[in-house]
Amino acid sequence: MSNDPIQQPDSGGHFGPYGGRYVPEILMAPLEEIERAYAEARQDAAFQAELAGLLANFAGRPTPIYECKRLSAILGGARLFLKREDLLHTGAHKINNCLGQVLLARRMGKTRIIAETGAGQHGVATATVCALFGLECVVYMGEEDMRRQRLNVFRMRLLGARVESVTSGSRTLKDAVSAAMRDWAANIENTHYLLGSALGAHPYPMMVRDFHRCTGDEARRQILAQAGRLPDSIVACVGGGSNAIGIFTAFIPDTQVSLIGVEAGGRGLTTGNHAARIAGGSPGVLQGAYSYLLQDDDGQVSLTHSVSAGLDYALIGPEHAWLHDQGRARYTNCTDVDALNAARTLARTEGIIPALESSHAVAEAIRLAPQAAGKIILVNLSGRGDKDTGIYRENFPELDTPDAQ
Amino acid sequence: MPSSNRIAEAFAAAKAQSRPALVAYLTAGDPSPERSASLALALHRGGAGILELGVPFSDPVADGPVIQQASDRALKAGTNVRRVLEIAAEIRRHSAMPIVLFSYLNPLMRYGFDALARDARDAGIDGCLITDLSVEEAAGPVSKLRAAGLDTVFLAAPTSTGRRLKLVSELSSGFVYVVSRTGVTGERSDVAASVEPLVNRIKSMTGKPLAVGFGVSKPEHVAAIGCYADGVIVGSAIMRIIEQNGHAPDLESRLEQFMRSLSGKEDSPR
Repeated sequence: MSNDPIQQPDSGGHFGPYGGRYVPEILMAPLEEIERAYAEARQDAAFQAELAGLLANFAGRPTPIYECKRLSAILGGARLFLKREDLLHTGAHKINNCLGQVLLARRMGKTRIIAETGAGQHGVATATVCALFGLECVVYMGEEDMRRQRLNVFRMRLLGARVESVTSGSRTLKDAVSAAMRDWAANIENTHYLLGSALGAHPYPMMVRDFHRCTGDEARRQILAQAGRLPDSIVACVGGGSNAIGIFTAFIPDTQVSLIGVEAGGRGLTTGNHAARIAGGSPGVLQGAYSYLLQDDDGQVSLTHSVSAGLDYALIGPEHAWLHDQGRARYTNCTDVDALNAARTLARTEGIIPALESSHAVAEAIRLAPQAAGKIILVNLSGRGDKDTGIYRENFPELDTPDAQ
Repeated sequence: MPSSNRIAEAFAAAKAQSRPALVAYLTAGDPSPERSASLALALHRGGAGILELGVPFSDPVADGPVIQQASDRALKAGTNVRRVLEIAAEIRRHSAMPIVLFSYLNPLMRYGFDALARDARDAGIDGCLITDLSVEEAAGPVSKLRAAGLDTVFLAAPTSTGRRLKLVSELSSGFVYVVSRTGVTGERSDVAASVEPLVNRIKSMTGKPLAVGFGVSKPEHVAAIGCYADGVIVGSAIMRIIEQNGHAPDLESRLEQFMRSLSGKEDSPR
């Protein structure tokens, strides 16, 4: 179903110098257990068939690619295509990884699933697969994110999950990850930590990428069929980087295709309120992996900011760090304001309201398109915007008055 | 070779008295960097044979709430690696108590291991334990720290496989930190019964001293662990006293008394 593996980490989980395993000794045994179980599952036709069946019949794969003809015409340059991961069950790409990991957890005999969530999309996807398999589910979420994403909190609870509010540190995604790691260290016997991005200690970055590479594998076939050629650029937003690595992977050998990751520029890089790790960070270790990190001169992890909770994380996934160093992918960033405006533009030209995370990728495509006549830009539209309606309302108050136009 | 034998001497001295060495953990900089040396010396007076001096970190994934909050307070008070090294040097001016720098990796990586090894040695630090540095990733830091004469202590956990316990024992010097149970740091009413077999497994692999930590907060824990291990590590119970007494003028004497109670040195009115 897939091409041969493209860029494999070494046996210690390193992509170049990045990645690896930087965790307390207590967590080394369960990581080794996952590594073994995953190596077996990867080769097991029955596992792969069950996963493929769930991706098709439960999640709704393959997702289409869609050409944005109106928006392309307005921008007057490149042809823009969207990979419609937003059409997946639960509203974002996150379900791909959750289905893979829940099957793996069941294979390992785990009865309890824990997860962290930022925007709530991964939490909802985790709660969904736990409901599907009848597993206990606890989702850690920063108090600040719970406030920003109340609807997703409610959805998780409706699905039977317990949402634990995390009040330590910045009360956002990284604190939720720490809380989940602490829970895991205390409950290794029966618990699988369903990490939601291409982050953390080996084998997570590799495994999460593998579970998402269906996005790029499909998109490559689809664009060849629809446009008759490969795209010139692929654009994806990068928080931890799972949707981006998912779509990039199939195209890494196609060196003529430029790969563009878009990080959260927040209020602008000069304000310090952002989550642009490549532009503003330096290599360091956080929560299991070595990669580009936003940190201060003393090696303390910086507080990040993005209007989009899913991009609000201080470390970029380690394979992205390596793609950056090798020059194979380029990482740029987009401000809150540009992302918000891109969402409105896409909504009004194509009838698609994107998730705020994905809006960062749309904004970059809008920026590139006018100077790219004759080119094809493929954007990974990783999630839909339903969960962000509250933030859109706050930011477009002119649309929220009785006589709004 | 370690430039000093202070850690080995502390274990030998305890052994000669048929008791475990008491290892006290202190988050440097809580409640303030100015106070830390004085608190450390109080712990020593109360019977601490070895000090684990904790470098505060913004994201302490292996720690429970007490040490998380101690870290937060220390960071707010402006503590960084340089300041922790100054605190160590100040303690060293007044005491020969062995000091193990206890840290997460990132602050040390940022400081740089060449500079750290040199500056830690110059500050009178004897060894280094890096919580989230797995033995797999440790070769670089270990060679630099050892070259400066510093011991490198690693964690052995109840979940560690035999292969891992062997790696941990080999790479550790000074002592091996045996984690008594799964989970994070914090006080418990009981110490896990499973730690004794774990200690015995590691003993069959190495002659290095073994110190048990995680959950230790009471004299009876110390006595029980002392029957089979060379050292007992107390952390959260100390940091809770600091949390509750903040800037109280008698914090030193409270810490000293607590350490005395652990080591059975106090005349405790029952």
